[in-house]
Amino acid sequence: MPSEKQQEYREHPANETAEIQPNSEFNEDVNELTEDLDALLDEIDEILEEDSEEFVENYIQRGGQ
Amino acid sequence: MHRRIYGLETEYGIICTPEKNRSKKLTVQNVVMYLFREIISGRMYPDVFLENGARFYQDIGCHPEYATPECDDVIELVAHDKAGERIVTRLATTAERRMRADGFRGKITIFKNNLDTVGNTYGCHENYLMEREKVSFRQLASQLIPFFVTRQIYSGAGKVKRSDQGFYEISQRAQHIREEISIATTTARGIINTRDEPHADREKYRRLHVIVGDSNMSEFSTFLKVGTTGIILRMIEDHFINERFALRNSVQAIHEISEDIACKRLIELENGKRLSAVELQWQYFECAKRYLEQAESDPTTDEVMARWEYVMTCLEDDPMQLERELDWVIKRKWIETYVNHRSLSWDSAEVKRLDLEYHNIRQDEGIFYKAEKRGLTERILDDAQIRHAMHAPPQRTRAKFRGRFIKLVNNGKVLCGVNWSYIQLYEPYQKLYLSTDPLEPEFEEASRMIYSI
Repeated sequence: MPSEKQQEYREHPANETAEIQPNSEFNEDVNELTEDLDALLDEIDEILEEDSEEFVENYIQRGGQ
Repeated sequence: MHRRIYGLETEYGIICTPEKNRSKKLTVQNVVMYLFREIISGRMYPDVFLENGARFYQDIGCHPEYATPECDDVIELVAHDKAGERIVTRLATTAERRMRADGFRGKITIFKNNLDTVGNTYGCHENYLMEREKVSFRQLASQLIPFFVTRQIYSGAGKVKRSDQGFYEISQRAQHIREEISIATTTARGIINTRDEPHADREKYRRLHVIVGDSNMSEFSTFLKVGTTGIILRMIEDHFINERFALRNSVQAIHEISEDIACKRLIELENGKRLSAVELQWQYFECAKRYLEQAESDPTTDEVMARWEYVMTCLEDDPMQLERELDWVIKRKWIETYVNHRSLSWDSAEVKRLDLEYHNIRQDEGIFYKAEKRGLTERILDDAQIRHAMHAPPQRTRAKFRGRFIKLVNNGKVLCGVNWSYIQLYEPYQKLYLSTDPLEPEFEEASRMIYSI
């Protein structure tokens, strides 16, 4: 979780190495998250490749319970 | 340990998209028949029990409906609800193959939601077995109504609205609720539904049939929805709730709470107090905490309480913190993120499509499952539990007994008629086994019979 890493970062402001170390980990996490996000958005693009207008218009059900 | 039977019924939405210019259109009715072909033969009506004890049938309005077997544990229930999705998915894939063999090339899409494009609704019904003598229906209804009106803040599945109507609301179902108490399930739906078919000893049991809730994709939302309701029912049965939660206008309140995605709006109680849905749910939570200090708990109940408290804490602060847990928040987060990254108009057909595709039950297609696959949702189960529930009935309820008979039927060993409360063996056995207690997994006589076949 990025927020935990940030927390860790704030807890050791005086220690030079501790400052850098968690900070780079934090960046890695953010990169991972961004990758996940981009990949998910790309997959959503694929869903929308077909004509959404027609699909949505056709999605009519009879009422249920 | 306190035991109760829980069950969930899900009516699925279904659409078949023909391949472009290559195929004739099939009606929903035709597609549903294809869906059932693998499990029924000849002229059988599409209504069968499965070897995990569940029932799969065609319901009012042509919806394929999956009813879980009787479970006595909420985690087990969530597994069976998810198993239902997987079974229906598998049937859809087989149906597509059969259609292709018959010259219809098309793709079946199945949604576990509650709304179509033009505003028709179909439901997810919860069932709770209760001891009839413990509490009057009147008292039960009056104590449950404020709870049902407010629990949508964690059980809602979210709904996209036009931007001039407020963009988004919490519940799929809330605006279709028109009465406080009603017997109707297809017209003037009530917060409390009075259908009471216990499929058990009527003197001893009643079945609370709840139609006010949304269908959930998130295991977490289903778990919390049923888990908290189960605890509230115990408190009502034990006459533990003394607070006066009655609302001035419950139907209006259920609509207003659904429309308020900040979860801050105050609703008026009969006694003149004004509270938010979050505050009211906190009071139910505190009451439950006090109750469980003096009543028996169990690991599942403890987990419900822990997650309920966590969710309430977040809802109080900022509901968007629950982007891993609650359906209405997960869906909102991903649709908004997509809209922002792709600079889409909120009122576009694409956004309406995403509102549907979140609920697509195919694990390689649905947006919920795309998030789950990347570890972006909070889970209650692992996949092995779901796979197990696709075949194995719950072991502590009469579903165990039913499942064993169905297996014999499927293996061609016996012919019998099956319902929730009985098994009727045809020739040459000519036996009727009637079950009046769903909490009872065994019938001695019937068990002997099963093992002798």
